[in-house]
Amino acid sequence: MEYIVEVVLENKPAARDPVGSTIQKDLMAKQGYDMVSNVRTGQYLRIYVKAENEQLAEKLVEKMCNDLRIFNPVTQNLTVLSVKKKN
Amino acid sequence: MNIRIAVIQFPGSNCDRDATHVLNNVIGIQADLIWHTNFKERKYDGCILPGGFSFGDYLRGGIIAAHSPAVKEAEIMLKDGRPVLGICNGFQILTEAEFLPGALLRNNTLKFECKWVHIRVENNETAFSNQMKKKEIMDIPIAHSEGRYFYDNLKELYDNDQIVFKYVSKEGLLNEESNPNGSFDNIAGVCNLERNCVGLMPHPERASEEILSPFKNTHGIKLFNSMVNFIKSKVI
Repeated sequence: MEYIVEVVLENKPAARDPVGSTIQKDLMAKQGYDMVSNVRTGQYLRIYVKAENEQLAEKLVEKMCNDLRIFNPVTQNLTVLSVKKKN
Repeated sequence: MNIRIAVIQFPGSNCDRDATHVLNNVIGIQADLIWHTNFKERKYDGCILPGGFSFGDYLRGGIIAAHSPAVKEAEIMLKDGRPVLGICNGFQILTEAEFLPGALLRNNTLKFECKWVHIRVENNETAFSNQMKKKEIMDIPIAHSEGRYFYDNLKELYDNDQIVFKYVSKEGLLNEESNPNGSFDNIAGVCNLERNCVGLMPHPERASEEILSPFKNTHGIKLFNSMVNFIKSKVI
């Protein structure tokens, strides 16, 4: 079975995100969206992976991302957003 | 002794030829430019990972190159005490390979910063700073988009004296204006615990000949002279 695993990599809160703050301060706030207090950007990966079930697909992706340093644990957190069966 | 240095070439490296030129023609030691898959550590007394955009900086600067066989060879060199220098993208590779602490993030200016800056020597007891004076100020150029040094345990760096260079003003003042990329604590370069691995964002190979410097000095060459001195002192 093939699964689609969606993964987001984002900088840890202690690391400033100049792209996110530019979007929030220089675009949103200046155009009247002052209800937005913060924006954090990241990287999105959609990984197509063969596995026996959803749980194994997620575990495999997490292990792979750790082993290959797909995310940098010094600066980034990794979040698995979703695991879906590929149609 | 005949010192032999390897300058590793990745797809997307730049200033690799500049570094080789400085070693061969300015300092006068043998430096070979070697494709990353062909590098064998046993022939060399030290190695340099040059600047550039290895593998297009895809995913993150330096991460793909950090998996290269050349980096495994460099690890062997480090373990037996030989010197390894990472310049700019080379610094990113060394942090991604976990030979050096921290990481390099996108500049807080969100721009490619290409200009001459001033750095201050914080630790002059490394393989690449032993020919400098502590607190000496050096003129040196930077050229990077991802040079914002980040490490969430600054105390550890201070306790272990691992900060080698900091960005300062011309007068040597540590302030925000002299920090070109938003690096934590103005850090421009760090070393490992053993002091034989150093990474820095500025380009010493572009500051090793008077003709290339707007300040008409050769401050960058001190890094390479330090490496030569380190190698010689180990042999003696």
